[in-house]
Amino acid sequence: MNLSRRGFIKLTGATLAGSSLGALGFGFAGCALAASVRPFKLTATSETRNTCTYCSVACGILIYSLGDRAKNAKSDIIHIEGDPDHPVNRGTLCPKGSALLDIVHAPTRLKFPQYRAPGSSEFKQVSWDFALDRIATLMKQDRDANFIAKNAAGSTVNRWLTTGMLAASASSSETSYLTWKVVRSLGMVVFDNQARV
Amino acid sequence: MTNTWQDIKNANVVVVMGGNAAEAHPCGFKWVIEAKIENNAKLVVVDPRFTRTASVADMYAPIRPGTDIAFLNGVIRYLLEKDAIQHDYVRAFTNASFIVKAGFGFEGGLFTGYDEATHSYDKSSWEYDFDDQGFAKIDDSWQDPRCVINLLRKHVDRYTPEMVSRICGTPQDKFLQVCELFATTAAPGKALTSLFALGWTQHSVGAQNIRTMAMVQLLLGNIGVAGGGMNALRGHSNIQGLTDVGLLSNQMPGYLSLPRDTEATFQDYMSTRQFKPLRPGQTSYYQNYRKFLVSFQKAFFGAAAQADNDWAYDWLPKLDIPLYDIIKAFEMMANGEMNGYICQGFNPLQAFPDKGKIRRALGKLKFLVTMDPLDTETSRFWENFGPQNPSDPASIQTEVFQLPTTCFAEEDGSLVNSARWLQWHWKAADAPAEAKSDIWIMAGLFHRLREMYRKDGGAFPDPILNLTWDYTNPTEPDPADLAKDMNGRALADLKDATGTVTTPAGKLLDGFAQLRDDGATASGCWIFSGCYTEQGNQMARRDATDPREQGIAPNWAWAWPANRRILYNRASADLEGKAWNPDKPIIEWNGSRWVGIDVPDYGPTTKPADGVGPFIMNAEGVGRLFARDQMVEGPFPEHYEPLESPTENVLHPKVSSNPAARVFADDRAAFGTAPDFPYVATTYRLTEHFHFWTKHALINAILQPEEFIEIGEALAKEKGIEQGGWVRLASKRGFVVCKAYVTKRIRPLMVDGKPTHVIGVPIHWGFTGQARKGYGANTLTPSVGDANTQTPEFKAFLVNVEKAGTPVA
Repeated sequence: MNLSRRGFIKLTGATLAGSSLGALGFGFAGCALAASVRPFKLTATSETRNTCTYCSVACGILIYSLGDRAKNAKSDIIHIEGDPDHPVNRGTLCPKGSALLDIVHAPTRLKFPQYRAPGSSEFKQVSWDFALDRIATLMKQDRDANFIAKNAAGSTVNRWLTTGMLAASASSSETSYLTWKVVRSLGMVVFDNQARV
Repeated sequence: MTNTWQDIKNANVVVVMGGNAAEAHPCGFKWVIEAKIENNAKLVVVDPRFTRTASVADMYAPIRPGTDIAFLNGVIRYLLEKDAIQHDYVRAFTNASFIVKAGFGFEGGLFTGYDEATHSYDKSSWEYDFDDQGFAKIDDSWQDPRCVINLLRKHVDRYTPEMVSRICGTPQDKFLQVCELFATTAAPGKALTSLFALGWTQHSVGAQNIRTMAMVQLLLGNIGVAGGGMNALRGHSNIQGLTDVGLLSNQMPGYLSLPRDTEATFQDYMSTRQFKPLRPGQTSYYQNYRKFLVSFQKAFFGAAAQADNDWAYDWLPKLDIPLYDIIKAFEMMANGEMNGYICQGFNPLQAFPDKGKIRRALGKLKFLVTMDPLDTETSRFWENFGPQNPSDPASIQTEVFQLPTTCFAEEDGSLVNSARWLQWHWKAADAPAEAKSDIWIMAGLFHRLREMYRKDGGAFPDPILNLTWDYTNPTEPDPADLAKDMNGRALADLKDATGTVTTPAGKLLDGFAQLRDDGATASGCWIFSGCYTEQGNQMARRDATDPREQGIAPNWAWAWPANRRILYNRASADLEGKAWNPDKPIIEWNGSRWVGIDVPDYGPTTKPADGVGPFIMNAEGVGRLFARDQMVEGPFPEHYEPLESPTENVLHPKVSSNPAARVFADDRAAFGTAPDFPYVATTYRLTEHFHFWTKHALINAILQPEEFIEIGEALAKEKGIEQGGWVRLASKRGFVVCKAYVTKRIRPLMVDGKPTHVIGVPIHWGFTGQARKGYGANTLTPSVGDANTQTPEFKAFLVNVEKAGTPVA
């Protein structure tokens, strides 16, 4: 995964482009331009293997980010393209996958927790502690008030119906496993995901 | 998918029905083109619209939305009438010979056992005739009129080409051409692959649509073979994984099922999950269910789950009804029966039917939590965005928490693709500002709750206080640690029959064959066992080697179960163990074991002569043409009209729509009828957009900037609607004002002698993001689901359309 395919192509590709352009009569200036422009963009980037976030063809992608992963360096994603080694997509991407960079950097990416009070017409930025403390308190109040330990027939059922959860569909299986643990340990059964739509 | 994306190239016939792969799965669809170019395959498209997939097809047949079962039952009738089935396969690998017990029948649109009052069936007559030992009786000669193949023949007899055309609006000659092409793959060496998606699932008969095609595939001998199979082209990048891990109201990880109220004790629960073989010598792999369940409980509750507390069985919540699915959840919410709701990466206001109901229901909550990388409509349901979201914030008392999360590029983890591959991916950068991973958020909520229960007590704290949480970083568990949890490990030394330790305590397991029901193993998701072993993270493997270039790539990532790439692959070989198609064998019997390019879906040393069926998860060992009690509306598929239909059911007018559908009273009151809403609408996706996400991405918002509908030329002319002109599209539940795209791609169909117009409604718009503001197609759709799965009926409902003036602002 850390083997830089770009670096390899850069070396061989530049030589090839230089020689063929030379043969076409572009001369030294054309060669120099071809050799510098194309590799320039990604020359200082780190390459990361990932999977397209949209459909479940699950095209392999390569993410290029500025920064060398050193402790104090902040990575910034500047380019995403199809993984040519991937056995399904073989480097290709569709109109959605080709635009992944725009979803990573969408202006409507959320940056801070926000809270909307009852009856209010606006969100207010809040701290994570405020948000999680308040949500956990509301959940506990509801669970303690409405938990069903036994049904009418007297058998143990241990379920909680008044708070529900919709799980994601593009988060990892590891995230979903942890979500399952938390949700079911609370006895929640109004629980579904986006499998249906 | 039973097969892989690349395996599509091995097909002789590719059928795209119930989907539009060229538009929705473009990079997977390249393998259809590969099949056409390299394997001379024929592509058949059956769809209400002449889609992008149809534009490269060898054969296109139009069909009215919601009539796929009529079409496919007609195909089955044709195959049986022409005797175009793969006889050896059908005899040995399906339940065609099984005798159904006396008392089962079908009349006037209903199977035996229907209860009008509860809209459900007593399914006891949908069963085989058993002998004294409890084995199903069979008749290999197919003479007994009650054997499955003869009952099936009788059931589909009504679906003549004339009847198919009358119901579906498909011209008879087109229908018969499709039948002829299907029939060519009954030859043992030929394969047909079925590619489908939401075009089949999003109907009140969705599961039966798919089942009918699976029956066609069994009759043609196309399951388990290269270039064959039933291939569900799944939607979101990890929706397969979410399904596998069981994030559904009635599911547990690895397709184990949550207990019901009627299963008061662990013994009650296990008694219906013994899966005793229904024929002598069959594998019936779910006989191991107890091992999977006990290992799961050990993964969840560790030392607190012991034999003497029935492995903490009571700590699992129990269900009093079959499903608390989303439609049910919003019904409860609308009735004021819910207080809290958490939406993790899901935008139900846009994604679920009857948007007006969803908005009203959310407003009755005490609190709503959204976790998403993007600013979703759901998180702003309370805000007034004009006609596209006419809310009055002052009247809505819901507390709303909008929590920012990481996206795919900012985390490690695995996603399960449509072909069941678990592919690990790596983090490329940190999330913006204060956004956090879902794992951190769920852990944060859990720790706060656990602390409060520890300190203050409260309702039944036991499962919360005893949940295992032995992660290196408890505040944000490493995805690798969670993957190891799902894979499973030995809790005590595992020994073989001679007493030799094979797996020492603490070591990761190699696969689910090592699981035990005595508490000596833990595994959070048995079907994933083998994904993260002592040899390392198998999901991170990136070796694209592909033996014989047959589209398996066995060392690229890891596939469940057991790294098996083609399900039911024993069925790729004949009764002696030789490949039906010698050019494309998957596994074959070499005299002492099964060998080939894939992991056998079968006992690796089980002799062909032993007569063990290839469908090892079924108690019969064979594929089911007769579904016994597995489906709610019948063991054979039957055509039922959509809940909103332009016509009566010509087969049985008194039982028009699915008799086992669950419809809530308020939803039924919101159904329209043909006199008011004379046109059939169907919703779908465009290649430039993904649900309601990509309108947040600038390029995609530029490519498809605004809401529109597609309408045929004939209807446009009739209604005076111009190309690019404004229209008002209405259902009984709401309306959308948008532009019309007038097209030759949708033409009126002659249904039961009457012309029927279809209107196409792409789904992608809303009121956040960078595209122009839109209403969203689900303003119009009806709140009713498939009777088995409760998948909403988005693909067939009734609307009216009128020319409209340009909206103000």
